[in-house]
Amino acid sequence: MAMLSFEKKYRVRGGTLLGGDLFDFWVGPFYVGFFGVTTAFFSILGTALIFYGASQGPTWNPWAINIAPPDISYGLGLAPLMEGGLWQIITICAIGAFSSWALREVEICRKLGMGYHVPFAFSVAIFAYVTLVVIRPVLLGAWGHGFPYGIFSHLDWVSNVGYQYLHFHYNPAHMLAVTFFFTTTLALSLHGALVLSATNPPKGQIVKTAEHENTFFRDAIGYSIGTLGIHRLGLFLALSAGFWSAVCIVISGPFWTRSWPEWWGWWLELPIWR
Amino acid sequence: MSFFSARKAGAVIGALMAVALAGCEQPPHESAQNGYRGTGMNQIVNKETVEVKRAANVVPEAQPPADADGQRASQAYQNVQVLGHLSEGEFLRVMTAITEWVAPEQGCAYCHNIENLAEDSMYTKKVARRMLQMTQTINANWTAHVGQTGVTCYTCHRGQAVPQNTWFSQKGHEARGSAADPMGHNQPTKANGYASLPLDPLTSLLLKDGQIRVAGNAAVSTGGQGESIQQTETVYSLMNHLSSSLGVNCTFCHNSRSFQSWEQSPPQRVTAWHGIRMVRGINQTFLDPLQPVYPPERLGPLGDAGKVGCATCHQGVNKPLYGVSMFKDYVKELTPPK
Repeated sequence: MAMLSFEKKYRVRGGTLLGGDLFDFWVGPFYVGFFGVTTAFFSILGTALIFYGASQGPTWNPWAINIAPPDISYGLGLAPLMEGGLWQIITICAIGAFSSWALREVEICRKLGMGYHVPFAFSVAIFAYVTLVVIRPVLLGAWGHGFPYGIFSHLDWVSNVGYQYLHFHYNPAHMLAVTFFFTTTLALSLHGALVLSATNPPKGQIVKTAEHENTFFRDAIGYSIGTLGIHRLGLFLALSAGFWSAVCIVISGPFWTRSWPEWWGWWLELPIWR
Repeated sequence: MSFFSARKAGAVIGALMAVALAGCEQPPHESAQNGYRGTGMNQIVNKETVEVKRAANVVPEAQPPADADGQRASQAYQNVQVLGHLSEGEFLRVMTAITEWVAPEQGCAYCHNIENLAEDSMYTKKVARRMLQMTQTINANWTAHVGQTGVTCYTCHRGQAVPQNTWFSQKGHEARGSAADPMGHNQPTKANGYASLPLDPLTSLLLKDGQIRVAGNAAVSTGGQGESIQQTETVYSLMNHLSSSLGVNCTFCHNSRSFQSWEQSPPQRVTAWHGIRMVRGINQTFLDPLQPVYPPERLGPLGDAGKVGCATCHQGVNKPLYGVSMFKDYVKELTPPK
């Protein structure tokens, strides 16, 4: 594998959380570490179990393969392998693999003396997944409330769970999450467009700097958040989208069982227009 | 001192969480699985809510049985048009039951002139007679919906002269300003489930025989085929009425991957289909035609008679009175004479 000439100087020893020097090495471009080993273990085992589950199912059509969680009647207990037990083991593997990857990122950050922003951001995605398959099922008292592993099947689950609350667009946290998702794409497109426009001047002119970028936005909207600030804002918007997605599903069921339009009764009852 | 102190932030977050939780239901909940595992076709209900509902749906005890022999009511009394085939004892028994079910405080005088019980001067008596015929018709002809459980006056009335969950046709749009639109949006009502959906789905779909089947046959409907978005929204509104009336969600009767597919629907959808036809039938045959009989204070804003919807019997429970049959103690009285 190709390595850039200066890259070697960043391959520093130490910074590991677990395992000391034992796993402190690279394979090609990849840092391994203790958590690299556990990532590989959980992801290979989990993927193999998905293939095993597919082999026991009715189809090899990649859209239709479905590894479903147990019946709700199993509660928070273990289910037989072919009746949801496979889903339970795959869930453990997935959480193990995702968490290992995040901790491996932490080790790399420590080696480089960086902040932990990247593993933190990834942790929010893991948190959203854990909310769906652990936190909400535990609050509702059954693993059967987790979503099935399959391309079409998980979409069917999303649809049906949405219709458990009659009209999911009335879920206030869903409103926030959707708004953050759209705002994230808006901010990224504005930022991307600005950087490209500054670095692609007309032929014969020099590349513009951050002063030009700031001036553009001060002229356009009276304010420029700045070169560092836009990345803080982008991180905040993106993580908020993931965070409120997790909130919107964890409140659906554990904290509200009826229709989401009905939840807005308090708004309709406000004394100012009642 | 920084503007963003940790204490201030903590207080704000705490207050926001308290507000958010105040609008919520707390665990524990009960879940029922209504489809293959992992399809998300589950009913999740709050235990406290269920306890309140159960307490509100306790069935009164049946009147002690009466002697079926003896003089017929039609011979013993005058002007007995519907229950003449009963014995005198049975007739008095069901009259006592009806009083308990419909007018426990007002008593016989709610429908009868006490000086002359046989005469028809009171509108309530005329209505009660039609309601008896309606009950008999439901128990005899609509077993596809009510099964052998049947219905009695109590199924709707619950000790009240006017059942709680009847409905009237609504005026068009009353929303003002930018919220006004001709579809009846922006007017949250019980009938549309408090959503911004058409405010009166019941007149066109539970009184008239409007089109409920709105799903298209093609992925993209072209050339004016299929139902309009307005009609589709009205159906969504009606479905909100069904869900909230029965205390269930959409997946009780549908797999949302294809709402229209009967193959993928739970069997409850068949019962609901018959229920919609039953409600239309009794609204058209019995309730709407009673309009001239009622005094003005019993009529709706458009001058129409009160009508039944799903909530009238169900009252938030998927089987009215949790499936306990009161009809079994009044089979002879509440089915048409043979």
